[in-house]
Amino acid sequence: MAQITIDKLGKVYTGGTHAVEDINIDIADGEFIVLVGPSGCGKSTLLRMVAGLESITEGTVSIGGRVVNDVEPAERDIAMVFQNYALYPHMTVRQNLAYGLKNRGTSKPEIERRVAEAAEILQIGAFLDRKPRALSGGQRQRVAMGRAIVREPAAFLFDEPLSNLDAKLRITMRLEIKELQKRLGTTSIYVTHDQLEAMTLADRLVVLNKGRVEQIGSPLEVYRKPASAFVAGFIGSPAMNLIQARAVPHLPGTGHAGLIGIRPEDLHPATDGQIEMKVDAVEELGATRLVHGNIGGENVTVTLPADADLPESLRLAVAPGALHLFHAETGARIA
Amino acid sequence: MKRALFHNKFLPWLLLAPQLIVTAIFFLWPAAQAIRQSFLREDAFGLRSQFVGLANYRALWGSSEYLNSFKVTLIFTVSVTVLTMVFALLMAVAVDRLVRSEKVYTTLLIWPYAVAPAVAGVLWWFIFNPSIGILPYVLSQIGISFNWIYDKTDAMIFVVIASAWSRISYSFLFFVAGLQSIPGSLREAAAIDGAGPVKRFFTITLPLLSPTTFFLLVVNLVYAMFETFAVIDATTLGGPAQSTNILVYKVYQDGFVGQNLGSSAAQSVVLMVIVIALTVIQFRFIEKRVAY
Ligand SMILES: Nc1ncnc2c1ncn2[C@@H]1O[C@H](COP(=O)(O)OP(=O)(O)OP(=O)(O)O)[C@@H](O)[C@H]1O
Ligand SMILES: [Mg+2]
Repeated sequence: MAQITIDKLGKVYTGGTHAVEDINIDIADGEFIVLVGPSGCGKSTLLRMVAGLESITEGTVSIGGRVVNDVEPAERDIAMVFQNYALYPHMTVRQNLAYGLKNRGTSKPEIERRVAEAAEILQIGAFLDRKPRALSGGQRQRVAMGRAIVREPAAFLFDEPLSNLDAKLRITMRLEIKELQKRLGTTSIYVTHDQLEAMTLADRLVVLNKGRVEQIGSPLEVYRKPASAFVAGFIGSPAMNLIQARAVPHLPGTGHAGLIGIRPEDLHPATDGQIEMKVDAVEELGATRLVHGNIGGENVTVTLPADADLPESLRLAVAPGALHLFHAETGARIA
Repeated sequence: MKRALFHNKFLPWLLLAPQLIVTAIFFLWPAAQAIRQSFLREDAFGLRSQFVGLANYRALWGSSEYLNSFKVTLIFTVSVTVLTMVFALLMAVAVDRLVRSEKVYTTLLIWPYAVAPAVAGVLWWFIFNPSIGILPYVLSQIGISFNWIYDKTDAMIFVVIASAWSRISYSFLFFVAGLQSIPGSLREAAAIDGAGPVKRFFTITLPLLSPTTFFLLVVNLVYAMFETFAVIDATTLGGPAQSTNILVYKVYQDGFVGQNLGSSAAQSVVLMVIVIALTVIQFRFIEKRVAY
């Protein structure tokens, strides 16, 4: 158990890529933090700096109050789950789990006890004597988790651990990881580019863009009050509509914002609505349908009940409180 | 495997013919001749030959010179193989770390492989030459005398180095390829799991490299036993006092220089059996996939 403090952290790769810049995150003991952002925004770089696999160019990382910039990965008391699981292919599952404990000189009976315990928690007891190549993707995932928990580390680091699984398994494993983390109470940092995974797992989200933090907050905070147009467009599915203010000149309550954000579910059909949308395409989702069209030349998506009428053009209304206003150039939130 | 269908029965044989003819002329025919001759004894002028059964083989087991050659071959083969592989692996590990500069290093290190064994032998002959070579001179400056013309051990060291040198690059390339195919995340996971660089090498890298290592082991053994003829022929000629007279070289010496065709043929058959055994072992293990 430990708190992790990331202070003014920056990374410049040899070759000059500024992967991340000026990152400040205070992670409380037992908290589940999710780093989310598009591909190449520096999530892995940040996580690997915390793990000690990547050198730190500027700033500090502290784990449990101790600055670990120059501490070897092995001495940081962390465990990491890799995207490709990184299981040792020549060792059995049991040996995979025991390897880290053995290297630390843990006694034999203690190793056996902990391996058995982890196997019990993750239900991998049945294939402890198999090699990784004889396991399914989901089972490998569990073994990778097992290897992290046997060590009883101060923190778990996850780098897109579910991205190699099929959609259904991803949802089950996501729940299991969340539940396991709550049960063990271990501070965790989890990297993903899947905003839905991020929303469901996180105590707090850190949204990254181009190596900088766009917003830190609970999933609902970030969803309800995105700090920038980037966050607004990134978090939520289907994505928030971002339209130029001049496309909807008659909409009240827009002030002098340049960019207006409206979530697809906040647009409702209304006979006296101020917005007129031309319908281009419809996607049926079963319970709801997604209607794509345009408003004053801007592409817009609306979520409608599956039984709603579908004329060629829709009149829509939006509650004033559901508007997100952003600065035209900087993209920063105005209100 | 994809199966091609030929409607004409003769076409497949026609397509295979060049390879089959080459194999027959340069391998099967001489091999058959060697086996036949190993049961014969020719008179001094090569005019008549007489069937003598296993006498040639029995003579080999009774010959202290032949048994010595076996021992010499064993020492030579193991030394060349170990030296080659350890050195190649060390360099491959060093290069694997500097992945970026890999191209330059790799190219430099391939060069020795392009040098013909006889030329390599001559090259090292110059370096090691007791009267004009640089190495004995340097060694004598620090009080070590090195003379492979008189000293048996020095001679062995000399031919081992000369033979290993041209093979290191070959093994090196395979090791580099093997190392590059080990995912970096495995080593990172091991680092987080508390294994230092040395432990990581022995518990992760080396086991994962074992298919490559095994393949190279067999290939290098075969090389050291059979393809080092030119090196020996360009340098020690098997001497001094038989100390570097390995089996292949002895076949040549007894057959072509000593004109004892029966014995030479029997020796070739023994070598043939060894190659076949090594090949079988290799295929057995490759099927089983070493280690994991
Ligand atoms: N070893 C490296 N050397 C140089 N540049 C690198 C290196 N690793 C990453 N980068 C660069 O740093 C930036 C951030 O990379 P990073 O891997 O952290 O992104 P990411 O957010 O994890 O992306 P993804 O979701 O695709 O995994 C990218 O522009 C990438 O090209
Ligand atoms: Mg990444």
